[in-house]
Amino acid sequence: MYELIQHLINGLASGTIYALVALGYTMVYGVLKLINFAHGDVMMVGVYVGYAVAFTLGKEHLGSVWSALLIFAVAMSACAALGFLIERFAYRPLRDKPRLTALITAIGISFAISYGFQFDVHGTIGGHELTLLPGAAARRFPEIIRPTQWLVLGDDDVIIWNWQVISFGIALSLMGALQYLVFRTRFGKAMRAVSHDHRVAALMGIPVDTIIAFTFMLGSALAAGAGILYAIKDKSIQPLMGVMVGLKAFVAAVIGGIGNLPGAVVGALLLGLCEEAVVGYGATALIPLLVLFLGVVAFEQWRRGGDRSKQVAVAGAQLTALLGFGWLIRNVNGSTWRDAVAFGFLIVVLLARPEGLFGRVQAEKV
Amino acid sequence: MSEPVTLGERVAREPMLVVKDLEVSYGAIKALRGISLTVGQGEVVALIGANGAGKTSTLRAVSGMVTPAKGTVTLRGENVTGVKAHQMVPRGMAHAPEGRGIFPNLTVQENLDLGAYLRRDTQGIADDAKRCFSLFPRLQERREQLAGTLSGGEQQMLAISRSLMSRPKLLLLDEPSLGLAPQVTQTIFRILREVNAEGMSILLVEQNAHLALELANWAYVLETGDIVMQGTGKALLASEEIRKAYLGE
Repeated sequence: MYELIQHLINGLASGTIYALVALGYTMVYGVLKLINFAHGDVMMVGVYVGYAVAFTLGKEHLGSVWSALLIFAVAMSACAALGFLIERFAYRPLRDKPRLTALITAIGISFAISYGFQFDVHGTIGGHELTLLPGAAARRFPEIIRPTQWLVLGDDDVIIWNWQVISFGIALSLMGALQYLVFRTRFGKAMRAVSHDHRVAALMGIPVDTIIAFTFMLGSALAAGAGILYAIKDKSIQPLMGVMVGLKAFVAAVIGGIGNLPGAVVGALLLGLCEEAVVGYGATALIPLLVLFLGVVAFEQWRRGGDRSKQVAVAGAQLTALLGFGWLIRNVNGSTWRDAVAFGFLIVVLLARPEGLFGRVQAEKV
Repeated sequence: MSEPVTLGERVAREPMLVVKDLEVSYGAIKALRGISLTVGQGEVVALIGANGAGKTSTLRAVSGMVTPAKGTVTLRGENVTGVKAHQMVPRGMAHAPEGRGIFPNLTVQENLDLGAYLRRDTQGIADDAKRCFSLFPRLQERREQLAGTLSGGEQQMLAISRSLMSRPKLLLLDEPSLGLAPQVTQTIFRILREVNAEGMSILLVEQNAHLALELANWAYVLETGDIVMQGTGKALLASEEIRKAYLGE
């Protein structure tokens, strides 16, 4: 029982970090209809900025609330600036070009950042030896929040760390704040208008460039915050760390319905829990979830009505997929499946419910 | 370029909008080949012409949605050529674009609020929204509905209401009758007449030449990017050429 609780907590903890990254992803997508593949790498830059600030402060000053806040503030502002530059010089010139152009540019920026950071560049400015680019080697992220046990159950059976609680609190409150921003404020109304059609939005007097730039800055700052929480959890940082986290956050956003803020959080928590389930119990743990998911899909198709024989065929295909998956799980070792979970999830969602859990298919009148 | 044929006498008024030698190109395609037109204060001016004649391009160049290749646009004495679309709104221009352009993912009320995006006078905005609802009672019933769930006619009513919400001096309308039932079209044109009577200048692009010419003080006929004829609405309605080419008689 304790083991299950511990796994649940770990899953929620990693899920909340995915959630913060996914919120930025989904918000930028919501406004620009652009999948910003560089999002995870912006997060990585934020982590390194945080590292640099912590390093400059020195070990003796770390661990206090104020130093932690300073590290978050500097990293988030730096990433907001980076997000602004990326949008201004890479995406804005492509705004009216086909969407594929911007997508490929995003991938290019992702590579440029993550591989650029693998150069080891030092310089001397004003007599001080400075590291300008960190190099490929992994570094240990300092303890900017001193880990303490927030809650212990049983005989050290379940441990909840303070940083896990902090991450969870931050993710939920940010989700609430963003939801408020988008649906209750004048600015949010403008964001939603730009999201649907930026040319018509401009006809309302909405300064489209400003709205988009601000959205990017907000998303990038969120990524930096999430990155530092991730580094606190993982302790090791390296320039490629943003790629996998970014991809998983993207998957989480798609699961929840891309463009949908609560969806991103729910998708991310679900993903974190599934990964943890696989780590703890092997991939077998996913079977009940998969059965449930396919069941929901089958039910919905039945409810929608239509051609029964086709539905039987779909159900058959689902059953086959399930059996095949089960066979694979029995024959391949458990926790190596961790990363496969996310992408398996993505495939299943795209096949069964491409609009995501909370997404809506919108038909437009002509 | 030959001078366009002119029919009828134009009543002289203070100019609201003056367009001179306007050229618009999309890549290698020239959509406008140097047109000149004016809209006087309180006037309804119609642009008629076939598909692809350049009517929509004219509106887009005037409202800043596209940057003209050549020529000037002057609004109330100020040269506004190349000014961005969102900066035209505070100068007193509203553009209800082709295809209505309502925001389907927002409610009717939110669409109206966006029309008044630059205004801060909460009370005035509420009064104007009330006025829109009295013009189009159907919108009031659907106030909290997503605009995407409205019928085509209701969406057009919303598009026009929304463009009135910025209290423009000059209203650009692109095909307000497109795809609408005749009855709805009648309603919309009645309301255009009403807001014009209160002093708003209107530049109207319309395929339904009959309706447009009935409403317009002055009208221009566009053909492949050039103005080929102009005159009072009445004179053009009576003209043999127009009747053949645009009124299907």
